[in-house]
Amino acid sequence: MAKSTKLTEAQACIEANRNPVAKILGLDYKVIDEISEDSSVLSILDKITKDDDPASETKMKIAMLLKQLDLHLLNHTLKHISLEIRLNPGTFKNDIELLKRFSGKGKQTVLEFIDYTSDYEFSNGCRAPPWRQLRGEICYVLVKPHDAEILCVTCSKGGVFLNGGKTDDEEEVNYERTGEIYKDLVTLLREKSAIFSENMSKQGFLHVRSCHLCTEKVRVSEGQQKEKDQPDETPRKTEDATLHKASTASHRSALESSRINLGKKQMTKRLEPSLNWKTTVDAKGKRSSVRDTQGGKHEGRLEKPRPSILPGIAQFRKSVQKVEDIISDSTSESEEDEEPSERRKEANADLPSEYWQIQKLVKYLKRGNQTATVIALCSMKDFKLAQETCQLAIRNVGGLEVLINLLETDEVKCQIGSLQILKEISHNPQIRRNIVELGGLPVMVNILDSPFKCLKCLAAETIANVAKFRRARRAVRRHGGITKLVALLDHEQNSTEPTYSSLYETKDVEVARCGALALWSCSKSNGNKEAIRKTGGIHLLAQLLKTSHENMLIPVVGTLQECASEENCRAAIKAERIIENLVKNLNSENEQLQEHCAMAIYQCAEDEETRHLMRRHGGLKPLASLLNETDNKERLAAVTGAIWKCSISKENATKFRKYKAIETLVGLLTDQPEEVLVNVVGALGECCQEQENRVIIRKCGGIQPLVKLLVGTNQALLVNVTKAVGACAVEPESMMIIDSLDAVRLLWSLLKSPHPEVKASAAWALCPCIQNAKDAGEMVRSFIGGLELVVSLLKSDNKEVLASVCAAITNIAKDQENLAIITDYGVVPLLSKIANTTDDKLRQHLAEAISRCCMWGRNREAFGEHRAVGLLVRYLKSNDANVHRATAQALYQLSEDADNCITMHENGAVKLLLDMIGSSDHDLQEAAAGCISNIRRLALAIDKARYPYNSNRHYKLPSITQHRTCHSHAQEP
Amino acid sequence: MNRKKLQKLTDSLTKTSKHFNKFEVKCLISLFYNLVGDVTERQGVVIGLDRNAFRNILHVTFGMTDDMTMDRVFRGFDKDNDGCVSVTEWVCGLSVFLRGTLEEKMKYCFEVFDLNGDGFISKEEMFHMLKNSLLKQPSEEDPDEGVKDLVEITLKKMDRDHDGKLSVADYEQAVREETLLLEAFGPCLPDPKSQMEFEAQVFEEPHEFSEM
Repeated sequence: MAKSTKLTEAQACIEANRNPVAKILGLDYKVIDEISEDSSVLSILDKITKDDDPASETKMKIAMLLKQLDLHLLNHTLKHISLEIRLNPGTFKNDIELLKRFSGKGKQTVLEFIDYTSDYEFSNGCRAPPWRQLRGEICYVLVKPHDAEILCVTCSKGGVFLNGGKTDDEEEVNYERTGEIYKDLVTLLREKSAIFSENMSKQGFLHVRSCHLCTEKVRVSEGQQKEKDQPDETPRKTEDATLHKASTASHRSALESSRINLGKKQMTKRLEPSLNWKTTVDAKGKRSSVRDTQGGKHEGRLEKPRPSILPGIAQFRKSVQKVEDIISDSTSESEEDEEPSERRKEANADLPSEYWQIQKLVKYLKRGNQTATVIALCSMKDFKLAQETCQLAIRNVGGLEVLINLLETDEVKCQIGSLQILKEISHNPQIRRNIVELGGLPVMVNILDSPFKCLKCLAAETIANVAKFRRARRAVRRHGGITKLVALLDHEQNSTEPTYSSLYETKDVEVARCGALALWSCSKSNGNKEAIRKTGGIHLLAQLLKTSHENMLIPVVGTLQECASEENCRAAIKAERIIENLVKNLNSENEQLQEHCAMAIYQCAEDEETRHLMRRHGGLKPLASLLNETDNKERLAAVTGAIWKCSISKENATKFRKYKAIETLVGLLTDQPEEVLVNVVGALGECCQEQENRVIIRKCGGIQPLVKLLVGTNQALLVNVTKAVGACAVEPESMMIIDSLDAVRLLWSLLKSPHPEVKASAAWALCPCIQNAKDAGEMVRSFIGGLELVVSLLKSDNKEVLASVCAAITNIAKDQENLAIITDYGVVPLLSKIANTTDDKLRQHLAEAISRCCMWGRNREAFGEHRAVGLLVRYLKSNDANVHRATAQALYQLSEDADNCITMHENGAVKLLLDMIGSSDHDLQEAAAGCISNIRRLALAIDKARYPYNSNRHYKLPSITQHRTCHSHAQEP
Repeated sequence: MNRKKLQKLTDSLTKTSKHFNKFEVKCLISLFYNLVGDVTERQGVVIGLDRNAFRNILHVTFGMTDDMTMDRVFRGFDKDNDGCVSVTEWVCGLSVFLRGTLEEKMKYCFEVFDLNGDGFISKEEMFHMLKNSLLKQPSEEDPDEGVKDLVEITLKKMDRDHDGKLSVADYEQAVREETLLLEAFGPCLPDPKSQMEFEAQVFEEPHEFSEM
């Protein structure tokens, strides 16, 4: 009911106001389609850029403002419009085309025929004559259902209804409405013809699958969020024999998604009450407001369920690991885990001939003695086991049980044959799962102990295939598989074992290779990484790394790379001097090997010593030269990642400059996939810590692409971009460019990001910007709502965010006017509230912020009232010299207020400050001494007040009980 | 048997058998005489293991069960067809049996499988060898149907020239591609496990030998 009232409401709305945009902005801006608001914005934009005439500019400005005002309203109506949006020429055409395909003689079809009355189609997609088009009519259709007379139907924007009909001798259609209005053609036909409705629902189930396809496609096109796209898309779908149902479903989902999008847009708009940060409206202001709308759009996109984090790469993974640590496992397994366990049940409908043959063979496996079994196994191997049909056939006839059962026998030949088959079919995710469910892993783990190397190899290779998901990996570990697999790596020891001549033997190196392969799969679980390390796997891998077989090196390096995400393993890797060999293999010809080496370095270079080792072993040059090969994106991502981590050490950054890597990195800022971008920007951010590198980045035009990336959505990328931009802003000349690109505004907007890491990083980046910008105070004030936003971030519970925001406040407060504003927003109580922290980084920045904020009004007293002083004194007991300096300076500022002096004294600040005076840090010395002298002066004043011979009673103070001790202390230095 | 003769025999057999060293040959000779037992050496009478004794060894030591295969293996060992395995035949036979190369084993196996010795393994021979390989189910109409099907499967896999029977060439080509097919028609080689046990037992008791 509610829906239908809404519908009529919307209908009325549209009928009364056919083209809202045109009405508001005048006919000049009338756009063909009411709903394409984006294009209307664009057309206005075009106008603006074309006309330089000042008069039209003001006109435009007003238009823009009106437009913005209306946007909200429009969006609201859009929601309603979108419900009715199906009724445009495109959708009708689509519906009719679809129905046509399913019409014809016979009981199976939905209709006997359906056709237009007129073959001529106007350019706007309508077939109705122009004078009828004015009434919103689109076309007329003749429909013959199986169980009714020919119907003549009018399709109009308002709905679908029966008209007076068309007589054979007349050309004209009787346009008068004779029936009810239905919301679409299908609803009308369902009402008029029982057979149509019945056949439609019959057909329904067939289309469920294709509907999935459609929703997929819709999701892809979601970004465009234009319902107009729908007709373009549906014809593609028709190939899947999708009848109307499918298209309805996809329509509906498109509508829903667009509705969500619109809703989101409104949400974001509500968050930023004005699209204009700047109060001055000039040409520049206009441009920036446009950019803001874009920014708004991006934010909207940010909330979409889009996997912005890519598996395998990115420190995101690490952060996840840090949180969930041992419970969760790394990499892509989550995606693997979610794989549908039953994908194609319905495929059984027509079974391929292989199915029956395989069924027969499995029967022989079950009933035969070993001779028959071997024959059946050999025959089964001849099927195309890589094909899913065969894999599933084996499973569905119960072959897996038999194959696993064979592994438990003593018959080596049967075991070999069975493993050879299992190895092939375990490439299929479903089969892997079934193998684990049937308890195949413990059996295979036991075979690793077999005296026959061939069996060991096969078992290890099969385990490598099966252990692609978490439960399987855990099962391997639980049954002691890791120890056994690690033992396989020890091929030197293996070769000393007595060997039994047999036809089924392989080389020791091969055994080690298979072991490494299995460990590679297993090492994706954290528990297994630890197990590998504990059983001495890292040492053995290091030994194998010295070989030169690529087949061997790839799984070995792959395993190392996986293990390197664990702290302990990294230490072991360092101890085993593996870096040297990784560097050597970076120079290999094999791209995959290079990739894994770079990944391993990326993981390990978190450690400072490793970074130095990289330099010492000459690993930076091959990395830099690999940067020039950009075709293989996976490798590029790994290489840039390694460069990123390596460049954290300054010496390495200098080296990279020598190898011209910085220029190349800047070149990689455009047209690269996100996982590459994250690393490239990360590397630039680290390199930027050096002055000379900053200059290079500016000179090769790296700042513009960096700033462009600020509007992205990838969290990891944003963290790195903000860091890089912040680092560039340290240099005044770069800052000028940053300012001209309006990047400070973008950074400021990122403070609204939902991710704390992005917030913190953006706040850090703002600090140098405010420091180095011209008219920084004015600039900061021009961001409307900006200061309020910053202050409100002090309510965050993330320490990094708090520290960064404190740092930003320190810089903002350098401007008196801004300090006054943030004081009004209540910065003092908020700062005081977080003063009880124990985090040294936060303490330092907090103390700095407090010391800055003291400079306004009665903030000093206010800090005292909010009990910040006593807490600050405690900071002096910290071990961090930076905290000492900042705290002493803050206390010095606070000690200008008498009450604070008393609090400090009561909290034992004097003793602590006295020690600070002995520091070698001049600022600290000075601040400590200043603070003590303020306390001392107060004590003197009290003395004067106490003793009657001094009549100057300026201070009305509560008595300080231990003022004498204070006095004597102050005299000591 | 005196020491000198034994020495001489050992030397000559070490030369003929490629896969055993002198020590191993000594061990095998000693085992052979242990198995034959106290038979006094007489001129004209060959000392050796007769069919039954040999089959017993195959059954007990190498776990073979199939009567027909064991007979065929005995024939494989008994090169001169005199009804018993002499010491030379014993050592040479075991050389292939335990340590033979793929070539040697293929040759040996083919001989075992070629029941009538015409150089081909025919369908009938296959059927004969495989007839007991499937568990019979009473419900089945034709109990041999499965076996016939197995024969067809094997032929399809191994008969490269499509003449309905396996020549040496067919067999060798198929085995080279798929080693598992070496003993396609029944186990005629020791299974790896009992082989290991046998070797461990025979070759690692030097003391016993020195007493002799």
